[in-house]
Amino acid sequence: MKVLVCVKQTFDTEAKIELKDGKIADAGINLIINPYDEVAVEGGIQLKEKKVVDEVVVLSAGSDKAMDAIRTALAMGADRGILVKQDTSADEYARAVALAAAIKEENPDIILAGHVAADDGSSQVPTRIAEILGLPHINVITEIEVAGGKATCTCEADGGTLVAEVALPAVISSQVSWNEPRYPSMKGIMQAKKKPVTTADAAAADNKVTIIEYAMPPAKQAGIKMEDEPEVCATKLAEWMKNTVKVEV
Amino acid sequence: MAGTWVIVEQRDGNIRKVTYEMLSEAKKLGDEVSAVVFGKSVEGLASEFAKYGADKVYAVEGDLFAEYNTGAYVAQLAAMIAEYSPNAVLFAHTFNGRDFASRLAQKLEAGLATDAIAVELSAGKGVFTRAIYAGKALAKVEVATNPVMATIRAGVMEVVESAGAGAVVKPAVAATATDVYQNIKSFVPTVSARPDLTEAETVISGGRGCKGPDGIKLVEDLADLLGAAVGGSRASIDSGWLGHELQVGQTGKVVCPNLYIAAGISGAIQHLAGMSSSKFIAAINTDPEAPIFNVSDFGVVADLFKVIPTLVTELKK
Repeated sequence: MKVLVCVKQTFDTEAKIELKDGKIADAGINLIINPYDEVAVEGGIQLKEKKVVDEVVVLSAGSDKAMDAIRTALAMGADRGILVKQDTSADEYARAVALAAAIKEENPDIILAGHVAADDGSSQVPTRIAEILGLPHINVITEIEVAGGKATCTCEADGGTLVAEVALPAVISSQVSWNEPRYPSMKGIMQAKKKPVTTADAAAADNKVTIIEYAMPPAKQAGIKMEDEPEVCATKLAEWMKNTVKVEV
Repeated sequence: MAGTWVIVEQRDGNIRKVTYEMLSEAKKLGDEVSAVVFGKSVEGLASEFAKYGADKVYAVEGDLFAEYNTGAYVAQLAAMIAEYSPNAVLFAHTFNGRDFASRLAQKLEAGLATDAIAVELSAGKGVFTRAIYAGKALAKVEVATNPVMATIRAGVMEVVESAGAGAVVKPAVAATATDVYQNIKSFVPTVSARPDLTEAETVISGGRGCKGPDGIKLVEDLADLLGAAVGGSRASIDSGWLGHELQVGQTGKVVCPNLYIAAGISGAIQHLAGMSSSKFIAAINTDPEAPIFNVSDFGVVADLFKVIPTLVTELKK
């Protein structure tokens, strides 16, 4: 069996976001694997360690810079990589089309990805890939059991926890609480340099969503900040909550 | 225009508030508003949607729809869209809502704006404001594919009562058992007397400054007094004091309650991304330089272990 993990290169979640010439400024920003995808990479590697699968392929669509994200996944323990060159302005539809085309060539048994990207926050791409490929999908998993051509997944759901089963091949998206991604070892980093990465051009697809403009959220003004005895502070805070916020107890 | 559809979020007849928020917003935009509700037997809920302006209620009933499953729901809604041609379809930005909307959007080869916080609709076009980088920036996007689709963030739009006709329509069932590809084995509801984090009017969050379960207990006591939800920063989640589903921030939940109280949270940028759009923010932290004070309406530089017990006593007065 083969697992393929989709990874997106995103800004570090600690990055401060600023606009320059009406666009999101990317100068000097540290790029990482989307944290949700990183969990999917770890999940894929663990499936190999448990001998559920025998190969972990990592796939990214993006600019040449995304090669770093692929190398990081290889250093963690993935076996080989595929970079689909695509303009980073591609929307969820165009990205799903490009990724699905590359996945079809690979014919994996399990396709993993983070359920959402920390940059655009869309949570669409894994589900769109499944629809394009005509495969079942399960989103937001926190556990997986693979046996008998099926994956049984525990998922974070609205107001509870869900257990659902799908026949493989399937697209499965991860929640960050699934696992704790490993740091690449020095040996892993050295090995990653020799692991094969192929590149391809993205399948053509036009965006379905047009970005009109970017803006910064309205700046929040700092209000009252009091330093006094805790009891005095608490009394004032209670008054503010009752009179200004109008909380009811 | 051929109307705006609002996809109802419900489980066992318990309707999520975001449904009413979407109905109210759709009504404000002026077009005919329909609620679309799936379930085993849901016609009885129609009057609930009429209260918030639903002119029509599409009740999709049957054993196949008893619980949310992507395959059957998508097949059914795709058939209904082909039959009734709504101008726009709005979903809640919940786990189910985004799963449903994403698969449907791809089936229809349509665009989709997820996690929208502002909506403008016209014939054949929707303009949505979306939070990106977990709210650190905003993107205004246009979706002009048919129908216009978006998922809407909970807690942003105001609930306004306005009478609608609530005329019940029972669409033909087009989905079949062969459309189902997820075998749902079990659903275990979170056992909590507290409201859902993303729906709560008030959220009390605890961070590193809680120092352990004792500090979290204080946060919980305050939350229970106010009927509030409990959340946490990454520090208290990683320390195992609270479950991951309660994490507020860029890799957790984004919340926008009426009141957010940060107790012992310094305000790392990832955390601020998840809560800074709350209407009122209060912070309790011993460090006067903590960044959380930059976004707080009411900041208290003091020890939460001393502040919260007094606060609870004062609020009870």
